Amino acid sequence: MSEKNSVGLVKAKLAQFTKPLQLTSGKKLPSYELAYETYGTLNAKKNNAVLVCHALSGNHHVAGRYKKDDKYPGWWDNLIGPGRPLDTNRFFVIGVNNLGGCHGSSGSKSINPKTKKPWGSDFPIVTVEDWVNAQAALMDQLGIDSLAAVIGGSLGGMQAIQWTLSYPKRVRHAVVIAAASNLTAQNVAFNEVARQAIITDPDFYNGDYYRFKKKPKRGLRIARMLGHITYLSDDAMGMKFGRKLKNKNIEYSFDVNFEMESYLHHQGDKFAEEFDANTYLRMTRALDYFDPAKDYQDNLSKAFKKIESEFLVVSFTSDWRFSPQRSKEIVKALLDNELTVSYAEVTAQHGHDAFLMSDPHYHGILTAYFKKIANQL
Amino acid sequence: MSAQFRQDFAVIANWIPFGAKVLDLGCEDGSLLKFLEGSLEVKGYGIEKDDAHWLNTLKQGLNVIQMDLESGLSGFESQSFDMVVLSQTLQAMHNTEKIVHEMLRVGKEAIVTFPNFGYWRHRIQLMRGQMPVSKTLPYEWYNTPNIHLCTIKDFDEFCVKNKIGVKERLILTQGKPIHVMPNLMGALAMYRLVSK
Repeated sequence: MSEKNSVGLVKAKLAQFTKPLQLTSGKKLPSYELAYETYGTLNAKKNNAVLVCHALSGNHHVAGRYKKDDKYPGWWDNLIGPGRPLDTNRFFVIGVNNLGGCHGSSGSKSINPKTKKPWGSDFPIVTVEDWVNAQAALMDQLGIDSLAAVIGGSLGGMQAIQWTLSYPKRVRHAVVIAAASNLTAQNVAFNEVARQAIITDPDFYNGDYYRFKKKPKRGLRIARMLGHITYLSDDAMGMKFGRKLKNKNIEYSFDVNFEMESYLHHQGDKFAEEFDANTYLRMTRALDYFDPAKDYQDNLSKAFKKIESEFLVVSFTSDWRFSPQRSKEIVKALLDNELTVSYAEVTAQHGHDAFLMSDPHYHGILTAYFKKIANQL
Repeated sequence: MSAQFRQDFAVIANWIPFGAKVLDLGCEDGSLLKFLEGSLEVKGYGIEKDDAHWLNTLKQGLNVIQMDLESGLSGFESQSFDMVVLSQTLQAMHNTEKIVHEMLRVGKEAIVTFPNFGYWRHRIQLMRGQMPVSKTLPYEWYNTPNIHLCTIKDFDEFCVKNKIGVKERLILTQGKPIHVMPNLMGALAMYRLVSK
């Protein structure tokens, strides 16, 4: 995508909240900070704001670059900018780093104002509901009463759903991509293996590794490698790597022999360097715990009774972590409540990661849907 | 759009109550739903498998669900729609019986329209020894999606056998109703169905 449609250079901002946040777990955060970024301009009616929610390893840096020579732009840059599907000529787009994150918002890595030391294991376990409440507090601070849309993929899609449940009158459209209304047992199992890799790393120190100037990099690296396998489809991996060898011959060793291994190691190393293990633990738990039907005898249709927002639900054919079937469950519960909903099942080979790609049909869908929202402003 | 197609829409609209909840199976670009929304303020949902048709329906501001009708309507509650419409698609379906039963499970009523294979122009072409090609059957034998063609008589028997009630039936040729020898003179058959 051409640079001329980019939002260009951006700056992260920090919002401070002194009103305590009641958490689902029963605990309370006395005060907290949220890192966020915005693109485009809030109109006079303040009705053109779109909140972009991030997934497991994302953050508030959704689009643009901090410096001209940054190697990569924000994680969903292909979606956002003047003339891109989420058009910043029409919309005021907001990205937030969720609570418990490690990119500037309050989390294990940040300083606990009480002790003046990193929170570490003391930082509470937060849920999707808590995140949405914190995001709503940010919207209050920005003077935004009603969001034109909340959009997210995967765990981000769960936040979009939660917005329509927690604040039915404050969100007009929810764009829920490659998501589910709860995790399957298999997905919880993947998360548990990732967590065990981190927790059993000798450098984890029960989550208080900052004190020892250590990082459980080995565990985080394995967690990320496992994750990466599940985000891709078998076909995508086969096409990208197949059984290609790193060097010409089989080496009869446990060093990197296959290209696939090389890729996984690279991804794991990079991630272990820049991400925080406590954040990974908390993000996966938020995924595990999300289940809006839980208080409604597992009946999602009943849980969705209070929703007033309109929905676009999108899934990808090769996504086996959040399969099209899971999206159809969301669609069914919305239909049962006679809500306004469209559902697209995009033919894609990239597995779960397809939601971050700029496939023309996929982006055509989002362009058309956001045009409809823009016409309602 | 041909005059006949609009006539088709007008008949369907006549059979649908104002403000009804309507499901249009195989909605293509959403023209029928758009028409019904405009004229009857229905709460409409389309089902469409094809990417391009799906996107065109969305662009019209309509609700559209992407799925394959062959797998049934399992994502829809029983009796959750006032009307389920299958317009000129029945003949192209593999699971013909299943979809009609599914329509009457999900809908309180159903509308099915199809090209009458017994139409005299089709019969003449067959007598001349060739597969029929006409306005309602615009395909050659080698590129037709139509695999389950039937006559009006066939469909009447199908309804009896499957305990489906025919609430109304209208046969059209070039947009005009046919009352005499419909199975011979009619090009397009339209049925309003209920469960018996």
